[in-house]
Amino acid sequence: MERFEHQLRKFIVENFLFGDETMPFSNEDSLLDRGLIDSTGVLELVAFLQQNFAITIADDEIVPDNLDSILGISDFVGQKLQARA
Amino acid sequence: MCGIAGILNLDGAPAEASLLRGMIQVLRHRGPDDNGVYADAAVGLAHARLSIVDLSSGHQPMKNADGSLWITFNGEIFNHVELRETLARKGHVFATTSDTEVILHMYAEAGEDCVRHFNGQWAFAIWDARKRKLFLSRDRLGIRPLFYARTARTFVFGSEIKSLLMHPGVERRLDLVALSQIFTFWWCLPPRSIFQDVLALPPGHSLTVERGDIAVRRHWQIEFGIEPNGHADVGACAEQLRGLLLDATRLRLRADVPVAAHLSGGLDSAVVAAFTRKVNDTPLKTFSITFEDPELDESVFQNEAVRRLGTEHQAVHCSTEDIGREFPDVIWHTETPILRTAPAPLFRLSRLVREHGYKVVLTGEGSDEILGGYDIYKEAKIRRFWAAQPDSKLRPLLLRKLYPYMRDLQRQPDAYLKAFFRVRPQDLASPFFSHLPRWELTGKLQMFFSRDVRAALRSYDPCAELEQQLPKDYARWDPFCQAQYLEAAYLLPAYILSSQGDRVAMAHAVEGRSPFLDHRVVEFAAQLPPHLKMKVLDEKHLLKRCTTDLVPASVRRRPKQPYRAPGVSSFFRADGSGAREAYVEELLSPQRLQRDGVFDPVAVEKLVAKAKRGHTIGVKDDMAVVGILSTQLVLDRFIENFSGRAGHGAV
Repeated sequence: MERFEHQLRKFIVENFLFGDETMPFSNEDSLLDRGLIDSTGVLELVAFLQQNFAITIADDEIVPDNLDSILGISDFVGQKLQARA
Repeated sequence: MCGIAGILNLDGAPAEASLLRGMIQVLRHRGPDDNGVYADAAVGLAHARLSIVDLSSGHQPMKNADGSLWITFNGEIFNHVELRETLARKGHVFATTSDTEVILHMYAEAGEDCVRHFNGQWAFAIWDARKRKLFLSRDRLGIRPLFYARTARTFVFGSEIKSLLMHPGVERRLDLVALSQIFTFWWCLPPRSIFQDVLALPPGHSLTVERGDIAVRRHWQIEFGIEPNGHADVGACAEQLRGLLLDATRLRLRADVPVAAHLSGGLDSAVVAAFTRKVNDTPLKTFSITFEDPELDESVFQNEAVRRLGTEHQAVHCSTEDIGREFPDVIWHTETPILRTAPAPLFRLSRLVREHGYKVVLTGEGSDEILGGYDIYKEAKIRRFWAAQPDSKLRPLLLRKLYPYMRDLQRQPDAYLKAFFRVRPQDLASPFFSHLPRWELTGKLQMFFSRDVRAALRSYDPCAELEQQLPKDYARWDPFCQAQYLEAAYLLPAYILSSQGDRVAMAHAVEGRSPFLDHRVVEFAAQLPPHLKMKVLDEKHLLKRCTTDLVPASVRRRPKQPYRAPGVSSFFRADGSGAREAYVEELLSPQRLQRDGVFDPVAVEKLVAKAKRGHTIGVKDDMAVVGILSTQLVLDRFIENFSGRAGHGAV
């Protein structure tokens, strides 16, 4: 899981912060509240998760409850992978 | 329509005619028909002419009968015929039929207040030899541009910045504060330009230089009533608006050359074309742009309007490749970084107009600002309605009514749409309530600034500076009017009428005229109660109501679609094979960015990699690519490699 969280953090920093590491954020921080992810960002995030973890995310699953923090995403993707296995 | 330039040497040194010729030569695209220079001791005026009124005797700079007043003038005084009659009755004798001479006589009659009598679009300079005074003025809405600079020994002015940069005393340095403003609002706050030494005379202002002192004074301001007439009768208001627009169109058809019109497929240009047909029965030539992307293309509505209005129509197609190829020339004319490519297709459109032999086009600019057409007004209304009951499940559903034409936004899940438009408790009291989501999104682009630039701007807040400039009654205006003010007083002159207006039209010597920008129309609209402008969520309600018999129902009823153009796909191929043009690679390369020092090479490299992957990217990234590239072009063409000619950058 730690590897997953690291990978996710790297994606967020590279893709939404363009490498800027002067904005530290924790695994619990809300990506929306911290302004780390904007309206179109979540669609990029979904594309990244689907591509990299071979999962399918339905439209009604694209909600902050599932995708608003590194921990939240990690849980959500974990459940998806488990359900598949 | 023309280009003007001039010098007043404050130390009394003679104004050099050769320098004036250089300053006006660089504006030749604005006035290819004739040019002239007047130099007398310390003062010099220059003029590049596009002949539209009084083709035979309108040569400029022009003097009055005894040579005590000299003028160089860009623009039109549409009511010159009536003013001439009034002045003639007072004993003024005219040597020409030009509007230029009317300005001179009106100045002789009323001094600096002369501008209050003008209905028009102007930028001019008058040298008053008796008073040793230079008087500059710019029209109320900022339709025509006018820039100036003061160096240790000289006052310099011109229609475009490039003219001022031809003067050796004017330094070419980027203004970082202006850059920060553009990367927040889309425009910079007057009087700033993107160059430290160059100032814009704000719309509705005049300037005098007398005994070395420069004084800038406001001569007009858009005023929204504190208590707009809430009981106004809608039928009477519609009739009044129609009468004003008809007369504004009639005045704008005054020219000694044929006048054509834009026909975008939207309501505003269709209304203008329809009024034109009503005023005279000569065939009307219309022009428009078409795009490949169905999300942007409006051909269907254009064709419908053409059929209904019976115009002779010509369209120019604009591809992503065209924008990418012509973008450096476009920036040569906008002279400022821009975050959208929308000026580029208009640059092509003005070339088409010119190739068909027209110098003047009627347009629909200003309607969205003054009559309530923009989605941002609707957005603010919905956000405020929702904020009154933040727990309501139904109110935020209205957000889905916003921006129906934006595919990406419509794909947003509800929760994220709500997050983007959410109202924080402190937002309700902000003077910029309507614009906060947009400006906060745009402001994030500053993350691409280099470490040094970010450090230099650390304590700078563009919104705080804007707040200082607001009119004293602003806080008491209806929120709808506040939003309108921000669009009409800033976005309109500083972006729409310049980068999308005068600058790209005059690149091909085409003059735009919009009846909606007649000050009588603007003053009338400002005093209308907001619900007549946007009735619930029906934008431009009164305009639609007063033109039902004039424009096709399909054009009147279609959801508003603002004019937009392809962004990042103009510069990078969608198949992931990279940049379309060599200059894009060069100006965005890490080495070049490092050397120029404005943007962070690492961050931009990641952005470029994202753009190159060819995936659709969001609005913010799209604006970042266009903003960074256009800033790099400004640096290249105007600061590092300025030659006074288009297409002469290093790349």
